[in-house]
Amino acid sequence: MWVFEDIPFGHTVEIGSATVSAEEIVAFGREFDPQPFHVDAEAAAKSHFGGLVASAWHTASLFMRALVERVDRLADEIRAAGGEPGRLGPSPGFENMRLPRPVRPGDTLFFATTPQDGRPLASRPGWAVAHFDNTVTNQHGEVVMTFRSAVFVTLRAD
Amino acid sequence: MAADLLHYEDIELGRSLPLGSRTITAEEIVAFARLYDPQPFHLDEEAARATPLRGLAASGWHTASLMMRLYVDGLLAGMASMGSPGIEQLDWFAPVRPGDTLTGTFIAVGKRVSKTRPDMGLLSIVIHLDNQHGTRVLEMRATALCATRERAA
Repeated sequence: MWVFEDIPFGHTVEIGSATVSAEEIVAFGREFDPQPFHVDAEAAAKSHFGGLVASAWHTASLFMRALVERVDRLADEIRAAGGEPGRLGPSPGFENMRLPRPVRPGDTLFFATTPQDGRPLASRPGWAVAHFDNTVTNQHGEVVMTFRSAVFVTLRAD
Repeated sequence: MAADLLHYEDIELGRSLPLGSRTITAEEIVAFARLYDPQPFHLDEEAARATPLRGLAASGWHTASLMMRLYVDGLLAGMASMGSPGIEQLDWFAPVRPGDTLTGTFIAVGKRVSKTRPDMGLLSIVIHLDNQHGTRVLEMRATALCATRERAA
């Protein structure tokens, strides 16, 4: 992760991608979101989706994994360049999650984020809060999820 | 659509509906984190102590997913649901620790029938999760779509 001062506000950053299988959709659905269109191909075919679709929580979780991996790679890149990476803290929440299209088996999802704004926290010395607009796009270029997340990040130490 | 499902008209404004409880284990926290959120404070008690969370805590996405499971089992499975266009806001207020028991509550805070589709009602809903100490750990504000009885007729 960048330290707060180095976050490229206003610039879109590619995070990574993931391909989702029917087995993964059903496994996640069985554990966390057992609605027919997430767990049962036959019932899903009769639903308004017309087939199996991923739980939104599954799509969001795949975004998170890609983000954590990207943040780790970024830290390695910053260290390799002689810098000191920032740390990602816990998130206080997100807002405006929209699901314009479903995620279907075999879809490849592309994750991107655009840091929007942020400020140092008076209540937590050394930390800032930053807001990111996140977008998940499928292999056809269609947006399947957008949301704005808040995250805690460290300030430059020196 | 089965007539015994809850429809839009059956959802009472402002009334709290219990969604049940679920206890989360350290093994579940780590298993979820390995798959979806491999940060130190979700993976390892020792490493987690040096972070702002001061100990192992569940991924917020794990907590949100457990909230969804309680919502499905406690309400949605018996409701003429038509899905959701999205979530207005979700706040994670406090860390969820191994052994915590989370209890879910659903409240409809607004409702209206779609102007363009009289078979569909829009519910403004709040779902929150509280732990065994009564501390609120998660609150979600969202829109839920639910069939009106006109659709069932």
